[in-house]
Amino acid sequence: MQHPNRLWIVYLARAALFAAAVVMAVAPMLLATRDIAILTEFLSLLTIAIMWNLLAGYADIVSVGQHAFVGVGAYALFGFAAIAHVDPYLAIPLSALVALVVALPVMVIIFRLRTAYLAVGSWVVAETIMLAAGKLSAFGGGSGISLPVSVVRGFGSRVTERYATIYWIAFAVAALALVATWLLMRSRIGLGLTAMRDNEEGAGVVGVNLIGLRVLCFLWTAPFLGLAGAVITLQKLRVSPPASFSIIDWTVYVIFIVVIGGIGSFEGPIIGTVVFFLIREYLSEIGVWHFIILGVLSIAVVLIEPRGLWGLVRRLLPADVIPISRRRRVRR
Amino acid sequence: MLDLTGLSLHFGALRVLDGLDLKVERGEVLGVLGPNGAGKTTLFNVITGVHRPTAGEIRFEGRVIGRQRSWTRCRAGIGRTFQVPKPFTGMTVFDNVLTAAVHGAGLSFRTAARRAGETLELTGLASRSELEAGALSLLDLKRLELAKAVACGPRLLLLDEIAGGLTDRECGTLLSILTTLREREITIVWIEHVLHALKSAATRLAVLHGGRFIADGAPETVLADPTVQDVYLGAVD
Repeated sequence: MQHPNRLWIVYLARAALFAAAVVMAVAPMLLATRDIAILTEFLSLLTIAIMWNLLAGYADIVSVGQHAFVGVGAYALFGFAAIAHVDPYLAIPLSALVALVVALPVMVIIFRLRTAYLAVGSWVVAETIMLAAGKLSAFGGGSGISLPVSVVRGFGSRVTERYATIYWIAFAVAALALVATWLLMRSRIGLGLTAMRDNEEGAGVVGVNLIGLRVLCFLWTAPFLGLAGAVITLQKLRVSPPASFSIIDWTVYVIFIVVIGGIGSFEGPIIGTVVFFLIREYLSEIGVWHFIILGVLSIAVVLIEPRGLWGLVRRLLPADVIPISRRRRVRR
Repeated sequence: MLDLTGLSLHFGALRVLDGLDLKVERGEVLGVLGPNGAGKTTLFNVITGVHRPTAGEIRFEGRVIGRQRSWTRCRAGIGRTFQVPKPFTGMTVFDNVLTAAVHGAGLSFRTAARRAGETLELTGLASRSELEAGALSLLDLKRLELAKAVACGPRLLLLDEIAGGLTDRECGTLLSILTTLREREITIVWIEHVLHALKSAATRLAVLHGGRFIADGAPETVLADPTVQDVYLGAVD
């Protein structure tokens, strides 16, 4: 306990986090439709960021092809809801299942590779899946297709109602991703993952199954990315290869978010997503400059504190805001 | 207990281990000596699965383990420390040892927490348990290496230069920890340059040179061996 007097900041941050969660749970009753749309995007990106952080920050799987599963989720939603005429609410969990199924062969391919080769390999696999999606004529081929009005109506006949419904779906997905991943990190698996993050060889010789945990993390992230893809499709009301499988939107921005917020920490992706949206919303009128600011910020973070903004803040605090370690509960 | 036959490890043309044979019996404390670059740490890396051997066989308690992964060998009962400590820097000292007790020994959180507490007590780290491992001094990091290895509940413990840089008193503490471990029927193989520490603990000495053992036997006999004195203690021409 190096800073016992600062514990109140941690409690304050926890209270703020809780308040934010409560406000977000009832946001459609408080905010305008435009803000709800932005918050929906926020929640989708938060879900993707949590997953990329788990992979790259803990399991050392630095994939730049995770947008493939977002796209697969998007196309699966369209397939089930618009082509197979499955109940649209049922199509959402089914898209998670499809992403999981696609993850199995992808894993077999890219797990043969490590480090930079894995990064390139995952990208190639993602591009291949995107090109394959562009060949599906029922899905509009290379130019994509809009969700039929009948499906869209299923989420609300009026626009405001529909925005609220889709928002709540996005909220449920992000909450599920956050809580489930938090529980994972508090389990023995999370203990092993944290050890792996800090020293792979050291983790191996104390019995941490490095391969097993990598497989688990990869298969863990795929369905959540599929869910995010389904939510994004509901919001955009269409699928198309370049948008649904956008490497910029679902991988590059996500890497910025996680690196800026703090890779290998639970708080990092949350902070990073908030910072990303603040920059995007308040600095987007200066055009391309907001990308430059994003780039400079992430380079500065890597040089000054590789553990990101959260790493900077964490140095001053005596405890994590979202505690993962269970030691206080299990000791004696 | 541990049986190595014809063990070789080649990195290209470099023969780090060159057809080496070794038998370790239950209850022994085997001291391993050898000049720098003799292959001592590499030997541990091959036994614990960090490197796959180019040729030869590794048997642990009768089973061939040469193709098993490092975590499988750990769970089978082989613990080790690294000469250059490999702490989990972002975790507390307690969580470091807890990880070993949970994953290495396969204990539940509750039992593992008790094991971790006892192990920290044994290795003199109890007062550091809430510190981040990244904040430890080198001496404490070496203790942590030992604590992690012990928390896995090994039957064979491989120690890689854990006495280097210790004061006489600290060395005495270390030796009494090793005595406790022997009482728990843990077999120990110990690579060490600090001769007096090794002499007082080892029941047997073996000298590694050029990737194979050139002497093996009772400590006095091995240290008196002229070949050993030549390669290890320095030739007096």
